[in-house]
Amino acid sequence: MSISSTDTRRGLQDWLPRLVLAPSFALVLFFVYGFIVWTAVLSLSTSRILPVYKWAGFDAYERLFAQPNWYMALKNLAIFGSLYIVICIALGLFLAILLDQKIRIEGVLRPIYLYPMALSFVVTGTAWKWFLNPGMGIQNTVRGWGWESFTFDWLVRPDMAIYTVAIAGIWQASGFVMAMFLAGLRGIDSEMLKAATVDGASSFTIYRRIVIPLLRPAFLSAVIVLAHMAIKSYDLVIALTGGGPGNATELPSTFMYSYTFTRSQMAVGSASAMIMLMGIAAIMVPYLYSELREGQR
Amino acid sequence: MSTRESAIATAAGPSLMNRVVIYGLLVIFAAIYLTPLFVMLSTSFKSLDEIRGGDILALPRDPTIEPWLRAWGSACIGVTCEGIKGYFWNSFRMVVPAVLISTALGALNGYVLTKWRFPGHRVVFGLMLFACFIPFQSVLIPMARVLGQLGLSNSTAGLVLVHVVYGLGFTTLFFRNYYESFPGELVQSAQMDGAGFFTIFWRILLPSSAPIIVVCVIYQFTNIWNDFLFGVSFAAGESAPMTVALNNLVSSSTGVKEYNVDMAAAMIAGLPTLVVYIVAGRYFMRGLMAGAVKG
Repeated sequence: MSISSTDTRRGLQDWLPRLVLAPSFALVLFFVYGFIVWTAVLSLSTSRILPVYKWAGFDAYERLFAQPNWYMALKNLAIFGSLYIVICIALGLFLAILLDQKIRIEGVLRPIYLYPMALSFVVTGTAWKWFLNPGMGIQNTVRGWGWESFTFDWLVRPDMAIYTVAIAGIWQASGFVMAMFLAGLRGIDSEMLKAATVDGASSFTIYRRIVIPLLRPAFLSAVIVLAHMAIKSYDLVIALTGGGPGNATELPSTFMYSYTFTRSQMAVGSASAMIMLMGIAAIMVPYLYSELREGQR
Repeated sequence: MSTRESAIATAAGPSLMNRVVIYGLLVIFAAIYLTPLFVMLSTSFKSLDEIRGGDILALPRDPTIEPWLRAWGSACIGVTCEGIKGYFWNSFRMVVPAVLISTALGALNGYVLTKWRFPGHRVVFGLMLFACFIPFQSVLIPMARVLGQLGLSNSTAGLVLVHVVYGLGFTTLFFRNYYESFPGELVQSAQMDGAGFFTIFWRILLPSSAPIIVVCVIYQFTNIWNDFLFGVSFAAGESAPMTVALNNLVSSSTGVKEYNVDMAAAMIAGLPTLVVYIVAGRYFMRGLMAGAVKG
């Protein structure tokens, strides 16, 4: 009797950790992986306003890639994504190097570059929409100062609106990238740098030849995080331009939403979601794989 | 951060000219980063007449808190004109349980995944980790269906469920990375003394988890408070969170556009996370960095 009860107890103790983890894991399996399969099935169906589980093959994907709107979204993502990643990294690195020069007011400056990250994209978009509004915002103000011909109306110009999305996005995220680089800089062994200066290398050479190559991991993390954020970004476009003027600032994320929920093309919307997922998986899977393997060692 | 002195700056010699240029650039950038916040704040204290007058970079001549009162209590969102206060509280009712539940589950998961490993633990963690990074568009339609079936469409409870589920990966990641460096000998000797699974968690791990709990709570709070996509997809009406209400207020096109009220509402929507950032900036940073996979 007592033996069997200790046995049960020991058995329970062995299984308890797995039982504790099980609900979370089940939630993730169902709500993430199950749902992804579900969306994949919808993308292969004839669904329009409601889910219909009738096989249609790759019809929705064919229709998706026949959409001029989808090309617009991909083109915009390419423009927005590359500017966002490149400028955030350049600016972040620049500010980090400047801040690393024994700046006495670093404690004041760092939070100033970083605070936009605390704000939601909706707040960011609202603020910049106001700031870039040609009638009321910065254009009007500069004209008021006497520069009558000053024009900054990108927000309402179909060919330029996507760049305003990039500006607001860069304002929001570049401080964060700066912090990543600053952390990287502070982790570099200063003895090595001292040795290089003793050898007479100029500080420009030291940065170019020694410091920046040593920041490789920070570069990699920054690219991954920014690329991932660019693909997912939805709120910023909605709050800043609403996808307009026309469809000038359409991104895959806004495309998916409008085709699924307002244009009753659920299969096409699902197909676009699957393409987005593939894009993110192509970036994240190799990265996470290498990260986890590193942790193993 | 660390105490490393910049060897390069020291070596290059403190040429006065260099210092002036460096400080000048840093201050100019600080001014650029602050401008949108300044414009939002000053606009929110201006009257509409003054706004039409022009200069958005000017301080309000006649500061008034009227726009803030209107944004809070009487601005029209959709068909009702009761301001954003209801939505503000919606956000709180959503964020508090969602943060508490996801953090608690994350702590337990991290504990199991580091101190009670079982065959396949790496696969489980890998699957949970990848779940952090999926584009939510790929789960949006099924989620809407399931919430409808559970009777949780357009409800705060529904949003709590959504945020708990999609926050689990992150909270697990935080605690796993933190507990990874927690000495395993302590756990083993406690086991030797006959302490069980929960006793070890309560008595040994949890008491030293304060830093990671703070990071996790801040990260989850910011993320969930700032979410827009789930809010607009699953709770569009009366139970919408703050971000959705703000977007509806700003993009509504009826009547006279009250820019000052829009800006006041944007400030109100941004305040909770700004306060967290100001009060706990150091941890906020750590949370962001941890979110960037590097623990």
